[in-house]
Amino acid sequence: MTKVAARTWTEIKPARKAVIPEGLWLRCPGCSQMVYRKQMESNLHCCPECQHHFRVGAAERIRQLADEGSFEPLFTNLSPTDPLKFKDVKTYQDRLVAEQAKSREADACKAGTCFIKGRPALVCVLDLSFMMGSMGSVVGEIVTRSIEAATERDLPLVIVSGSGGARMQEAGLSLMQMAKSSAALARFDEAGGLFISVLTDPTTGGVTASFAMLGDVILAEPKALIGFAGPRVIQQTIRQELPEGFQRSEYLLEAGMIDRVVARPQLRSEIARLIDYTGKA
Amino acid sequence: MAAFYQLEFEKPILEIEREIETLEARLAGREPADAAPDAQPLSPDQALRRVETLRAQREQTLRDVYTRLTAWETVRVARHPKRPQTRDYIELMCKDFCELHGDRRFGDDPAMVCGFGRIGPHRCLLVGHQKGRTTQEKLACHFGCAHPEGYRKALLKMQLAEKYRVPIVTFVDTPGAYPGVGAEQRGQAEAIAVNLREMSRLHTPIVSIVIGEGGSGGALGIAVADRVAMLTHAWYSVISPEGCAAILWKQANEQTNTAAAKALKLTARDNLELGIIDDVIEEPIGGAHRDPAGAARNLESWIISALADLKQQDPASLVERRYQRFRRLGQYIETAPPVETLG
Ligand SMILES: [Zn+2]
Repeated sequence: MTKVAARTWTEIKPARKAVIPEGLWLRCPGCSQMVYRKQMESNLHCCPECQHHFRVGAAERIRQLADEGSFEPLFTNLSPTDPLKFKDVKTYQDRLVAEQAKSREADACKAGTCFIKGRPALVCVLDLSFMMGSMGSVVGEIVTRSIEAATERDLPLVIVSGSGGARMQEAGLSLMQMAKSSAALARFDEAGGLFISVLTDPTTGGVTASFAMLGDVILAEPKALIGFAGPRVIQQTIRQELPEGFQRSEYLLEAGMIDRVVARPQLRSEIARLIDYTGKA
Repeated sequence: MAAFYQLEFEKPILEIEREIETLEARLAGREPADAAPDAQPLSPDQALRRVETLRAQREQTLRDVYTRLTAWETVRVARHPKRPQTRDYIELMCKDFCELHGDRRFGDDPAMVCGFGRIGPHRCLLVGHQKGRTTQEKLACHFGCAHPEGYRKALLKMQLAEKYRVPIVTFVDTPGAYPGVGAEQRGQAEAIAVNLREMSRLHTPIVSIVIGEGGSGGALGIAVADRVAMLTHAWYSVISPEGCAAILWKQANEQTNTAAAKALKLTARDNLELGIIDDVIEEPIGGAHRDPAGAARNLESWIISALADLKQQDPASLVERRYQRFRRLGQYIETAPPVETLG
């Protein structure tokens, strides 16, 4: 296993250029203030003024969660193929090449073992910066192998989701990843494993409708969009204004769908505390 | 011919049928209100022979058209308003269906039908999406789009079946789970996710058949089974062609829907090739909507033999095999694990 834990990940491109343009300063979508990029980045990618949570890539997320130098990557030898020879206005093959060149990653998921405040854990993070964190065969396989590894090694499992859902370009095979990962969680559950599911902005579609909503404990970052259908689809269906704050973390908390809304600076200690309470340390 | 849901590719068939009707009406001594323009005035003998020829022609044309349907045409057939639905198949196959209602938490979703019934020699639990036939029923069923309470009702009844080792038969026929405010509030995603997890470990045989539309997670939510089959003209994929076209082509129209349907590999044959389903169940010539009883017979015999086979397996190995069935789905490149670099 190669040790790459000490790498820095500032080269990771953010998910949306519109939100984080290149340059030293950027406008915060939360408070509309101009904020100094370096300051935002050193604040766990949160706005120093209003604590707006900017989207972060998988590598940065792992850097934030894991004790320094403790992350050991797993399943880095999997890469996507184009089983359906899918073509829309572009071929899937071309999209993959472009996404891989842009992100320097094989696909939208990173996993490995690490320590979180001294507690060993298996972490698996979906990466929004790669095809909107969508789940095709590779993401489904890494998530499933992570669950299986956590089962075998009796490790607490933390999956951080951020995803547009199942990847259309792998169609039916993407759909099957939902069943595959959920079935693996049944076994993890039977083995008495602890699965902490962390939902970030946005988590929708087939990811929400499979492993992401199956956490023994479900945490969500503030104001994250979380749902099955996207708000636009719902609006087109019901032709009504959507309620204030609809499908945001706080709304889900009120609806009884998640356990806690946790701000990014507290995430590590909240996870550590849950590991302790369940006796999984 | 009633002018219902005329499929463009069925036009040659409709023309033949119209001529047959005209000739038959004249043979019966009536002048048809809607006579086919090219129907010649013929002697009764000639007319009878002509009807016979036309009937053979109709068979051949139906066969030709229906063996060459494009993916998008298949989707149109799968949505045909006369296509048999879950309740039709239950009525055609079970004599003593005992419906079971409600999720014991919120309500009773009519878009999800559950109940005990007998199929051939097997007592089973039947679960299926219902789209609705009348306008009123369609609205109540949200056109086959179930709410969380529908998925929870399905799971509750499936767990009941497990308790008594009763095998489960599910009929998938949905454009997708309902996208609405109440559905989201009550946890549509959670309801489906829990079904996926729990179905994977039910200690009783499960068979699923996509009888019409197999739209995304809403379909899979009752289709984690030991054997999965599709009727010939059903479709099953991660998203509808229109949904896919709207996102990837930025607009849904006849042209982009056709392209999306093709790209999604959603037909029964495609799904069989991808290993997503185990069998294709033949529909009668010209589709299940032309012969619901014929479709039900084929469906019934497939279910009977699949259940007979699955009932012989002990529950633990059944669950293990079901796990492995889904575990191996997915295609990716796996290179040798990275070697530890020295120094
Ligand atoms: Zn701000």
